[in-house]
Amino acid sequence: MTYRFRDLLALEPLSADELTFLLDQSRPFQAIQRNPLKKLATLRGKTVALAFFENSTRTRISFGTAASRLGADTMNLQAESSSVKKGESLLDTVHTLNAMKPDCLVMRHAASGAADFVARHLDIPVINAGDGTHEHPSQGLLDALTIRDRKGSLRNLHVTILGDIAHSRVARSNIHLLSKFGCRFTLCGPAMWVPRELESIGPPGASIRRVFRIEEALEDADVVLVLRVQTERLHEPALPATDYILLYQLSAERLRLAKSDAIILHPGPMNRGVEITPEVADGPQSCVLEQVTNGIAVRMALLFLLLVGGSEEEAHPAAEMQEPGERPSTDAKKDPSHASR
Amino acid sequence: MRIVEKAQLMSAPEIDRTLQRLAHQIVEKSGGTKHLALIGIRRRGVPLAQRISQAMRGIDGVDVPVGTLDITLYRDDLSKVAPQAVLQSSDITFGVDGMDLVLVDDVLYTGRTIRAAMNGLFDLGRPQRVSLCVLIDRGHREMPIEAQFVGRTVQTSETEIIEVRLREIDNEERVVLVDRQEP
Repeated sequence: MTYRFRDLLALEPLSADELTFLLDQSRPFQAIQRNPLKKLATLRGKTVALAFFENSTRTRISFGTAASRLGADTMNLQAESSSVKKGESLLDTVHTLNAMKPDCLVMRHAASGAADFVARHLDIPVINAGDGTHEHPSQGLLDALTIRDRKGSLRNLHVTILGDIAHSRVARSNIHLLSKFGCRFTLCGPAMWVPRELESIGPPGASIRRVFRIEEALEDADVVLVLRVQTERLHEPALPATDYILLYQLSAERLRLAKSDAIILHPGPMNRGVEITPEVADGPQSCVLEQVTNGIAVRMALLFLLLVGGSEEEAHPAAEMQEPGERPSTDAKKDPSHASR
Repeated sequence: MRIVEKAQLMSAPEIDRTLQRLAHQIVEKSGGTKHLALIGIRRRGVPLAQRISQAMRGIDGVDVPVGTLDITLYRDDLSKVAPQAVLQSSDITFGVDGMDLVLVDDVLYTGRTIRAAMNGLFDLGRPQRVSLCVLIDRGHREMPIEAQFVGRTVQTSETEIIEVRLREIDNEERVVLVDRQEP
């Protein structure tokens, strides 16, 4: 079974089957990361526009590397050095980029819903690389791929999320994805970062609980997702970093409360010594570097799925495949599945 | 459009005998099995390569490694059509540098699959030699590609399709010639 996607704006509207398909399609690209020659020609001649209206290093490099390993070219827009600083509107900026004829737009923006808004105005696929506190779908997918590789399955895991969950699009994408596989969640952090509303963001019946003692949160955990503490936010309602460390830092001693085979994820960049100790970050249960490698595989899969194929009318005449059922021109197609559109 | 079965080209015992012969030919031509490896092209090249490897065990008493290759990412028509089949992982666990590789596929037609397979192989390293083994060569080449080891050559028209049905995938074992007819 294959699915077609027009955009990837959020994980919330996708079904477990669609998510499984996206994860399965990332597997061949994981193998390519191990090839001596990593460059494919699959998307040769295609151009991917990377528009980062909010600062990003790893996500931008990851999407750029994914595009280049597929043979595509990239055009880069960084808010820091762009017309955005001069007061151009978001829509004007993306229309200008689109006039340069890219085949896909990858965008990050500080406003929740920005990618969705832009996708409604463009005729090319849009990938949301993070919008405000809404979603970061490619991060959710790479986290799930990492978990599935280590645990064998996503089914019925106990996932503990630590830190500033209220402001975290990574936490939301993870919850939206993993809850479709029966995972249950324990959210833990200072009360102002774990508001009650978070208990109801999953699908109906999803098990999401809040606890405020890290020892209780770690008990019986299969997966611990540690979020970055944005130190600039620590001052807000007066929580000094020393208190956060004392109450919520993931240390080796606290980690022993989780299952013995629990794994640690962190979306990066890490503040060593704040939300996580170096011992845990570099320990055998940590998956942070696998997450980075898997990020390229997931993004290659997304670009591949959104960018291959032309218009539906251009059926390919020369069918090399021998089975009539596998012929591109004759095979019945499943309805295109539009991610949140 | 109707799909009509016109003729059976090979029965199960004929497929078996043909693979035995191909295994002998490959061993003979390679002058040994030391650096030899088979690469099955997904999907039906994979069971064929495994069976040839098994036949070689009976000839030389050695295990010839079998890898599998998915050519989807290397197809030349991806800008026009999205692949209908789900992308699969290639699985080649041995190093290909300096190896004597035999690509194995069920049907050789335009040659585009083989071109794609060679591109995929060369991303993994630099084999000493690459040759091609197919169960059926049906002609109509669009690339300068020929097979060194051929089970059977069949004259076909462009509208005809050769279906290789293998028990591992199709639950039956035979090769048939079918035709597409306008109603």
